[in-house]
Amino acid sequence: MKMEILLEAKNLSKKYVKTTGFFTRTQTVIKALDNISVSIKKGITLAVVGESGSGKSTLAKSLIRLIDIDNGSITFRNKNMRTINGDTLKSTRKNIQMIFQDPYASLNPRMKILKIMEEPLKIHKLGDSAAQYSKILSMIKKVGLVESDLLKYPHQFSGGQRQRIGIARALILEPELVICDEPVSALDVSVQAQIIKLLKSLQKEYGLTYLFITHDLRIVRHIANEVIVMKDGKLIEQGKTDIIFNNPKTNYTKELLASIPGNLSKRK
Amino acid sequence: MKNNILEIKNLKVFPSLNSRLKLVKNISLRLKKGKTTCIVGESGSGKSLTALSVMQLLSSQLSMSGSIFFEGINLLNLSNEEIRKKRGKDIAMIFQEPMTSLNPVLTIGYQIQEAISVHNSLNKVELNSHVLDLLKTVGIPADRVNSYPDELSGGQRQRVMIAMAISCSPKLLIADEPTTALDVTVQAQILNLLNDLKLKFEMTMLFITHDFGVVEDIADDVAVMFQGEIVEQGSVVKVLKNPQHPYTRALLDCVPDAHGRKDLKPIDYAALKELMG
Repeated sequence: MKMEILLEAKNLSKKYVKTTGFFTRTQTVIKALDNISVSIKKGITLAVVGESGSGKSTLAKSLIRLIDIDNGSITFRNKNMRTINGDTLKSTRKNIQMIFQDPYASLNPRMKILKIMEEPLKIHKLGDSAAQYSKILSMIKKVGLVESDLLKYPHQFSGGQRQRIGIARALILEPELVICDEPVSALDVSVQAQIIKLLKSLQKEYGLTYLFITHDLRIVRHIANEVIVMKDGKLIEQGKTDIIFNNPKTNYTKELLASIPGNLSKRK
Repeated sequence: MKNNILEIKNLKVFPSLNSRLKLVKNISLRLKKGKTTCIVGESGSGKSLTALSVMQLLSSQLSMSGSIFFEGINLLNLSNEEIRKKRGKDIAMIFQEPMTSLNPVLTIGYQIQEAISVHNSLNKVELNSHVLDLLKTVGIPADRVNSYPDELSGGQRQRVMIAMAISCSPKLLIADEPTTALDVTVQAQILNLLNDLKLKFEMTMLFITHDFGVVEDIADDVAVMFQGEIVEQGSVVKVLKNPQHPYTRALLDCVPDAHGRKDLKPIDYAALKELMG
């Protein structure tokens, strides 16, 4: 069965220049993305794994043009993401939403939840206020919160609840692709399990495609159909989750798998 | 018992202004000499408070009662002066954030020297050679001795913290989530290092973590904390392979495994409450 490709990125490159020293300025070039090609199939979860500094977040941000890349092409539903602008860019971004790592930093502390949820609908001018409210209400219930929560501020919620709000905000625009940047890394295991379960059931219900960025391979195993392994801006290995876990080709992937906590004793 | 280096008895921690609210509720725990005991639990379960109680580093707004015997001496009866002599020398601690625990304007060599000088009077030459020995022990190249903390990676900073902690050959090392902020590969290296040091110096470790994978890697004994209580304790094999308490079982069910063989089950707190009575 040939699966429809939702997003295709080819030969992405992004360099950062770092200047060090005060009197003797030396410049070092960091390749955050080094000739990376990725294609994301509709309806699956593609995990991007790697250590800090491997370029996984740069990859995610470049796909929705939160940062501009130096070279390469990105096509989402036959639109060239690098050249579109104005209304086309706006409507395309509506189709690609993001969930962030830190539920404490990604919600405006001065806004009630209702306002936070309304904002995307207003920006994209979707429906009148009655229609917007009923949409917000059904979404907030989907993620396990209640109507009275809409009148609260972010600080009145726990980390897990805030992440639920972040998910509701991302899904209110009915996107096709959701980029999840370490969405469970800051949460306790018990809350982590709740959020993963929620993400999985929402994926089933709405036919969502996830690009799931994480450094935790145990989570990858539970949520992803396919995996990309990154290191120093390079794509080291990619393939189906089962195949990567059972039969890693590169030494780096083997090292990553061996470092999973709970494996140490076996390694010795 | 001679084998227990640390014995916590009926420890309670509570806000000084509200003694009815117990943050740590009457826990008792024994650490066997030369073994690693892990305290595992979710945020807010009281695991860090327990560790800080042993070091007597609790916030001034918190009080504690009970007793903590270290080599037969009740630490709670000691004066500030006496406890300061034990802190860093007999009992040392490493923390989660290696960046915030190091002074950014001093070289790492200087900071390690400082840690040694507090409890030992050595001359400059002895001090320098001790610092270099320590760096070697924790796996930092000797030429980094004059580096500042910001010039080191997260893993190297944690190694510096470990070097400072073991500088006076403590009998007990308390590690509060020392690898939580690190990448998996670096985490594995640091866990290996701590394990090697434990064996080499016959240290006892009290290791705080929320990660059952880490527990499996490093612990001899485990205590599971939930809402300020130790709900289950025993050897790592016993607790992980055959958990008795419903909370331990529920918590283990949420932990993702590397084989993807099981479904993740979030904790059902209502059902748990019923089971616990």
